[in-house]
Amino acid sequence: MSGSRVLSLGHYQPSRVVTNDELAQVVDTNDAWIRDRVGIAERRIAAPDETVADMAIAAAEKALAGSGLAAADIDLVVVATCSSVDRCPNVATRVAASLGIAAPGSMDVNTACSGFSYALAMTDHAIRAGATRNALVVGAEKLSDLTDWTDRATCIIFGDGAGAAVVTAVGADEAPGIGPVVWGSAPDKKDTIRIEGWRPYIAQEGQAVFRWATTAIAPLALQACERAGVAPSEIAAFVAHQANSRIIDGIARRLGLPDSVVIAKDIVESGNTSAASIPLALSKLVERREVPSGAPVLLMGFGGGLTYAGQVIRCP
Amino acid sequence: MSSREEIVTGLAEILEEVAGVKPADVSESKSFTEDLDVDSLSMVEVVVAAEERFGVKIPDDQVQNLKTVGDAVSYIVANS
Repeated sequence: MSGSRVLSLGHYQPSRVVTNDELAQVVDTNDAWIRDRVGIAERRIAAPDETVADMAIAAAEKALAGSGLAAADIDLVVVATCSSVDRCPNVATRVAASLGIAAPGSMDVNTACSGFSYALAMTDHAIRAGATRNALVVGAEKLSDLTDWTDRATCIIFGDGAGAAVVTAVGADEAPGIGPVVWGSAPDKKDTIRIEGWRPYIAQEGQAVFRWATTAIAPLALQACERAGVAPSEIAAFVAHQANSRIIDGIARRLGLPDSVVIAKDIVESGNTSAASIPLALSKLVERREVPSGAPVLLMGFGGGLTYAGQVIRCP
Repeated sequence: MSSREEIVTGLAEILEEVAGVKPADVSESKSFTEDLDVDSLSMVEVVVAAEERFGVKIPDDQVQNLKTVGDAVSYIVANS
């Protein structure tokens, strides 16, 4: 067995749109400031009784429906999340139960905003090791539960949602569709993003995180390209964690990507959805047919921890 | 070692590139945020570019002490 590929994608966003103007009625902020600093126009916020698992299930159902596989074919479910209040049963088991997947390996992964790329890499490794054949990989977050709605520095940033991918083994004669992962963390800076304590809220040192993200991530993304044997100029799309529009622009500038590369900017309409942001943005790009099937796409997750993971995949 | 004037000129070029500040507006007495309208994230980009250009390290906890262009010039002179 020579590797794996993404077979299909799906996403889900709550129906409630919260605009910058609506937030300006709650905290001292305004639409122009938010657009300029983080590049967000609006975000989706889940209903009070809507859970991380509900959103993960909705996205996973769509990905499975698009895969041509049956629930019985899935033997691994991995959910990346840092915001689920439901610890046990974990979110992956809830997804499996809802979709009628009988006895899959089921686990949640928490590396905060880089979670989807970690989960995708672990799934690829499990397939390469022969431990699984068809997997569901989901990123799902309800960050509104962890948001201090009186803190104007953070409450403008976050949103809720989910994205999912079906990942399958490729034959020995087929090129792998998920490239080698470049992953790691910066434990010396771990406290620059925090979700700690009882009734936790997200807190961050914005400038320190911005500096790390705009300087450390581009060389790692280049490594991911190199390991996949793809030049940055050959990339069809760059899907970074949707943390801040100016971080995405800063990384893209350092990568020297040509104008032909589609740069995902789902943050404008979805805000920062942590582990959900990459599969959400990717699924929407593919749905809008902005990236041709088979084209190389660079994924780069980074965030709380400060963890990171990135890889080049072939677009489903 | 660059002179203070050379460092101001270098910072003015960085400020123009990062934040669209007119080079003629940049002088030692000017505050980055108040006078030159450089926001907190652009200030990080200015610091990173200044580190590369002048061969200094400007740690995160020092950035908040650099209120004026002159503060930055003095820091670069003292640490390069």
